[in-house]
Amino acid sequence: MLDRAAAETSAKDETTRRVRFRGAGFVPASSRFGGWIALALVIAVWQAAGSAGLVNPLFLPAPSAIARAIYELAISGALWQHLSASLLRIGVGWLLGTAAGVAVGFAIGLSRLARSVGITFISALFPIPKIALLPLLILWLGIGEEPKIATIALGVFFSTAISVYSGVDAVPRNLIRMAQSFNVPFATIVRKVIWPGALPSILAGFRITASVALLLVVSAEMIGAQYGIGAFVLQAGNLMQTDQLLAGVVILSVFGLAVGKVINLLETKLLHWR
Amino acid sequence: MDLIANHITHRFGDLAVLDDVSFTVGAGEVVAIVGPSGCGKSTLLSILGGLLQPTSGAPELRGAPPADSLNPLTFVFQDFALLPWATVEENVEFPLLHTHLSSAERRALVDDALRRTGLTDFRKTYPKQLSGGMRQRVGISRALAVKPAILLMDEPLSALDSQTRELLMEDFVRLLADGGMGAVYVTHNLEEAARLADRIVVLSRRPGRIREVVTVPMTRAARGETSAREKLLALQNQIWSLIRNEAIDAEREVQHA
Repeated sequence: MLDRAAAETSAKDETTRRVRFRGAGFVPASSRFGGWIALALVIAVWQAAGSAGLVNPLFLPAPSAIARAIYELAISGALWQHLSASLLRIGVGWLLGTAAGVAVGFAIGLSRLARSVGITFISALFPIPKIALLPLLILWLGIGEEPKIATIALGVFFSTAISVYSGVDAVPRNLIRMAQSFNVPFATIVRKVIWPGALPSILAGFRITASVALLLVVSAEMIGAQYGIGAFVLQAGNLMQTDQLLAGVVILSVFGLAVGKVINLLETKLLHWR
Repeated sequence: MDLIANHITHRFGDLAVLDDVSFTVGAGEVVAIVGPSGCGKSTLLSILGGLLQPTSGAPELRGAPPADSLNPLTFVFQDFALLPWATVEENVEFPLLHTHLSSAERRALVDDALRRTGLTDFRKTYPKQLSGGMRQRVGISRALAVKPAILLMDEPLSALDSQTRELLMEDFVRLLADGGMGAVYVTHNLEEAARLADRIVVLSRRPGRIREVVTVPMTRAARGETSAREKLLALQNQIWSLIRNEAIDAEREVQHA
């Protein structure tokens, strides 16, 4: 007792040091407006460099020139002509590829036979750049819209099928066992357990396939189309109209952002339980 | 309705897990299954509940289930097995969706099950918003909604802290008090087994064989009394002496695996 009291007294006599804060793990928090401010700064510097004549407008037109090009495209009606052609191809191709991908993905996720056959085919065909198949598809389907839509559908199909069967695989097995322990029929298990359980992966897949569709529509239109954002960008490049070329690029970027926002909204609505 | 384990043997490939296990759970009876880690307790419960095909032997039912029972053998899972995208009431209603019941009948069953487990005020809550104990209450509520004859409980309290365990144990005692519902209760915890069970099946280390079946010599109601503590402690010590050496061997086996 006495020893302890003495030790405490002696400890009190010494000066104290605060324990240094050593961190609470790495938590990268993003500021709400930080990204937009950075983007605005880059555009401002770019515009200032263009206005001061530091950059040749043929190589890199100023943002104001690109905005003017977009405005002129809009009032001439050419913007809608090109955009509608691209949107139609993306929309139809994405829907067809997604519908087939979801069906095949679920089959692979739920059936042993479909899995053993399907995964082999997907593993063999997924790595092929789908745009390389466009000439073959033109040969099979003619030179209309069909080969472009089929190229997009093929690109979307493989990514969708993979994300769907990965999502089905990721559904906790204990939930399926639970449902079986209550004699819940297979169709109800698929509808009420597997579908919602796989949805996060499916929506993540949609985000990827939207980008794939955009990439493929531009590539396909560059190879064989009169109208479409890809065709427009190629024509502008051939004529050295770099302001128009970059106008097309900006439109593609805005489209990509819009699709991202739609998927964000879907995730907020459908995955609110997470 | 009785549940019979009829000479159940099970192997996972070369690994023998259960060896000729036989016992009967009578109507309204609570049977606890204890034994060293890896002795096949949970495997046995899965077999009894029809979620795993045994290598040989079979789980059997004798007698008719209660007329109003929608799922005579009903599991309560260790990890709760709740649908994270469904609210508490949707989780409880889930096993009723495919039955012949009308929406009003389903609603009445859900309301009753939520009331019995004290979850009425949490019906619109999602599982992630609940504590572990409350999640397990949802699991119990879901099991009660189908009016089981026998509950199959796989270490239902092992994922919970000691205070929550105590509270839920009191709930189990209350739910099983009238003898209308039996249970097979798999646990590592000998205190839980002694508090809840009418009989305790003690399994040997793998492959699990029945070493002994111990009858708890007092009613469940009497076990809550202070005077019963010594007797229950003696019973736990008796069971522990049966499995202690094998538990040590089983632990070493796991460490070397």
